[in-house]
Amino acid sequence: MKYMLLICVDDTIEPTAADPTIEQWLAEVGGRRLDGSELRSIQDATTVRTRGDEVLLTDGPFAETKEHIVGYDIVDCADLDEAIRIASRHPCARFGSVEVRPFAE
Amino acid sequence: MPVEARVADLFRAERGRIVATLIRLTGDWDLAEECVQDAFARALECWPREGIPLRPGAWLTTTARNRALDRLRRSTVEAAKLREVVAMPDDDPEALDDHGFRDDLLRLIFTCCHPALTLEARVALTLHTVTGLTTAEIARAFLVPEQTMAKRLVRARQKIRNARIPYRVPPAHLLPERTGGVLGVLYLLFNEGYAAGAGAELLRRNLCLEAIRLARTLVDLMPDEPEAVGLLALVLLQDSRQAARFDGGDLVPLEEQDRARWDGEQISEGVALLDSALRRGRPGPYQVQAAIAACHATAERAADTDWPQIALLYGELAKLVPSPVVRLNRAVAVAMADGPLAGLALVDGLADELTGHLLPATRADLLRRLGRNTEAITAYEEALALAPTDAERRHLARRITEVTAVKESARP
Repeated sequence: MKYMLLICVDDTIEPTAADPTIEQWLAEVGGRRLDGSELRSIQDATTVRTRGDEVLLTDGPFAETKEHIVGYDIVDCADLDEAIRIASRHPCARFGSVEVRPFAE
Repeated sequence: MPVEARVADLFRAERGRIVATLIRLTGDWDLAEECVQDAFARALECWPREGIPLRPGAWLTTTARNRALDRLRRSTVEAAKLREVVAMPDDDPEALDDHGFRDDLLRLIFTCCHPALTLEARVALTLHTVTGLTTAEIARAFLVPEQTMAKRLVRARQKIRNARIPYRVPPAHLLPERTGGVLGVLYLLFNEGYAAGAGAELLRRNLCLEAIRLARTLVDLMPDEPEAVGLLALVLLQDSRQAARFDGGDLVPLEEQDRARWDGEQISEGVALLDSALRRGRPGPYQVQAAIAACHATAERAADTDWPQIALLYGELAKLVPSPVVRLNRAVAVAMADGPLAGLALVDGLADELTGHLLPATRADLLRRLGRNTEAITAYEEALALAPTDAERRHLARRITEVTAVKESARP
């Protein structure tokens, strides 16, 4: 079963040296992580909406919140408990949050 | 015993276990519940003719399983699932022994109480799936429209399926935190019924009884978990006061209750359970709360209550559960042990942390005992405006009348 981990952080918060690195996490997760990437900051985001014939563009992310999606990972797990365990080990979970969303398969 | 009564008893005692087994076999919560429902209906048809089988639980399980098999065959969706259900032998006592039942039921309870579900969903799902209360009954008990409750249940089951919440007892490293969640759901259930009071009330009373029954089941299933035993002791000790807590719909405070009407059997069972839990040397919040309830339950008169001991226990509880309500209760106990002034100082320290009627109601009682009647009346009125139930409002109104009368007569 595939899950999308949406990695969300408030980018004013700096990780500390005590936090595990993403490399450690990747090594731990191994083959269960199918894909994933860090994303550029919200300053480089553009939001697209079409209303009727008009294409409406907004500079920035779709939602006004403190936490923004800074990356994603796709993992293949037996069940939600395994996905939760992997998400809880993600370095960003310590100061941000990780939304675990099942794929509609 | 007539067949109908026997079936009703079995429904209460066995339904959760049979549903749990069927969910394990079919992986489909709706199918499992419908087939179990059908099996009970079949029992009502067949047993008057054929007599009650020797092992009615096994009969019901087999009937429900065969019904599920039929339905799966007809839909022929999941060949693998079908093979699995077929592979369960009809009359294999091993497949239906108490141990298998026990594991299935425990699996069901832990899945219903999975922390990825909202607390409301956990409570509703546990009641519906494990105890078999109908959606309408649960909705009424929680004072929400039936449609709201139905949506809550549908969403919970969708999430279990779509997010693949595992149907199992969590592995050892997750067990402590998950067990706490299960106990929390059962205690919430009990309190929903207990706080409700005398009127609405038959159904709300049922919530208390269901919570006690579920706590008993959990102790059966996890005999080595002292907090489960502590929770059962706690709900028994609290429930033992049920008959004395109301006077024609009015809440009777603990110290004024007729202790002859407390349920002595429940009290001795609760105290014995608590002792056995404490002997394991792993105290937790439910054991400490049960110990406090036991102090009240075993005092022959209100005046005999061991308040210093209760104040000490609340101090322990506040370390385990740092909540303002616990500290408020500690303040009350300290007031009883060391006098209202000592209690009032602690209560006033909580003003920033605690909203609702409990804080002003407690302040009011302490002020009344200090003879500061004008301040007491103001505090009672503040509490009255915030009190959530009729019974509590009536109690507070009665206090205002009493204190006002004292004040008038004291006037020169």
